[in-house]
Amino acid sequence: MIELQQVQAGYHKRPVLRGIDLEFRPGEVLALIGPNGSGKSTLLRTALGLLPCTGGQVLYDGVPLTQLSPRQVAQQAAFLSQTRTTPNITARRMVLHGRFPHLSYPRHYRPEDRAIVQQALEEADAADLADRPMNELSGGQRQKVYLAMAIAQQTPAVLMDEPTTFLDIAHQLGVMEMARRLAQGGRAVVLVLHDLPLAMGGAHRLAVLEDGLLVHSGTPEEIYTSGVLEPVFHIRQSRTKTADGWRYFCELPQKEEG
Amino acid sequence: MNNWRTFCTRLREHPAATGLFLALVTLVLAVLSLCVGAVEVSPAQVLRALLTNDPADVSARVVLYSRLPRTCGSLLAGAALAVSGVIIQTVLANPLAAPHIIGVNAGAGLAVTISCALAPMTAMRPLAAFAGAMVGVLLVLLFAETTGASRITLVLAGVAISSIFSALIDAVTTIYPDALIGYTDFRMGGLAGVTMARLAPAAVLIGISLLAVFGLTGLLDVLALGPETAQSLGLSVRPTRLLFLTLAAALSGAAVSFCGLVGFVGLLVPHAVRAVVGEESRPLVVCSALGGAALMTLCDLVARTVAAPFELPVGTVLSVVGGPFFLWLLVRQRGGRTHD
Repeated sequence: MIELQQVQAGYHKRPVLRGIDLEFRPGEVLALIGPNGSGKSTLLRTALGLLPCTGGQVLYDGVPLTQLSPRQVAQQAAFLSQTRTTPNITARRMVLHGRFPHLSYPRHYRPEDRAIVQQALEEADAADLADRPMNELSGGQRQKVYLAMAIAQQTPAVLMDEPTTFLDIAHQLGVMEMARRLAQGGRAVVLVLHDLPLAMGGAHRLAVLEDGLLVHSGTPEEIYTSGVLEPVFHIRQSRTKTADGWRYFCELPQKEEG
Repeated sequence: MNNWRTFCTRLREHPAATGLFLALVTLVLAVLSLCVGAVEVSPAQVLRALLTNDPADVSARVVLYSRLPRTCGSLLAGAALAVSGVIIQTVLANPLAAPHIIGVNAGAGLAVTISCALAPMTAMRPLAAFAGAMVGVLLVLLFAETTGASRITLVLAGVAISSIFSALIDAVTTIYPDALIGYTDFRMGGLAGVTMARLAPAAVLIGISLLAVFGLTGLLDVLALGPETAQSLGLSVRPTRLLFLTLAAALSGAAVSFCGLVGFVGLLVPHAVRAVVGEESRPLVVCSALGGAALMTLCDLVARTVAAPFELPVGTVLSVVGGPFFLWLLVRQRGGRTHD
């Protein structure tokens, strides 16, 4: 399990995160939500050691992150970055990179690595893309390949920074479904999301950030009943009971007349 | 267009075939380079010269003391500069970067000039060039990391660094006018004065560096995914970047130490090879080394035959080919259609 204890972090001496306490629990989809600039991506990057803590600590199964090498961290947590370079290689080759943390020199892929990659491609519904060049794939198809890469990394935790941005609604729902499947398999899944109804409908737990502070965390039910989203996002929330559970909605508050 | 794409996709599935084809082309050009010139020598005479090493035979002397060092020099310099270009473009994530554009070659050139002026020991020259190239690499890396400069800005910074080094080369050659005696066309890049003695230490450095790069292509592949993804896959990004840039500096420096400031090989070849074999590092490095060797040898052949009996510096021929290519790349880059 990954634990953040009183974590502080920032850029160029400008603090962004202020005293964050949070757990990424196995078997759970955690959605990080908050307005732009609230520190969601910074939180993920700090949890992965891509950005150093200026205060507090991050623990991986009780071991401080500072005592782990990048390779050891990569064996514990996979990361789908928001900004990615897409090289002109096939999708299968891309997914093979997910096995990198498990290889030692001279880093030749073993038959079991190739079998894991094939399985990951199938799990991510990207098997038909395997032999196509990455630069010829659409945004949604690329996202599937990156997800397959994260699955092939076979880590207890998968962290995704805005994995649904630029995707159509079907692909967005597909990403959430995949996140829940990964959590069902026992992994801790953390997603930065901007789509509140998607987060409320798909995540087991939500963490609401505002101005670098964790203002609330809990189940969608707890978040809804707390009413915390309305002042943080300046919206009005509502929900409707359906056969599959609650459907959540957001809208701009009505302006007072006169 | 579709036929070309299908052809490239097929080649990508068989990178060994592309490598073999390039090796064959390089071999043919190397044989031509040994045969063609002011004195025509047949392939049989070349073979006899190499096997018998008879100094009484005129054609053998031409082959052994003029053509062979020149051909070996073009093969080595081409391979070294092309692989250096692959590394620099990958590490800086900048398709416009190349050793001669970002000031690496000019740094090596300055170090060679100073070395020639102060300590005329041939064996030390590749090491001095390596040190000079390393200064150029570190300046660019420092600029890129501290300013987060865009691709175009980084290229402009490289041009500024190159200009400073070039001015210092002028200053040194003004104070020590004899510094570059024996280096024909050093400023443009040329192979006319290359000897086996000058080539040997550089060849060792190039050989070791090429082997190291080939052994580390797995790391280069991960580095090509961008620093954040690379680190999240367990790569120690900073030390790895520094290691590769050191190898790039060694390759460029060693090449500049005997052929001067040759440009465009490190830009043109990686792009051409990437278009055919894709961006997987192992075939890219191997095919770029072969492609660089072939291009440099071809340009040297053109340089010494196109205006015979006059001989052009090989750098001039490369600039004529590479300049328009760089302009095309700039236009394409400004259109945002490259490496997005």
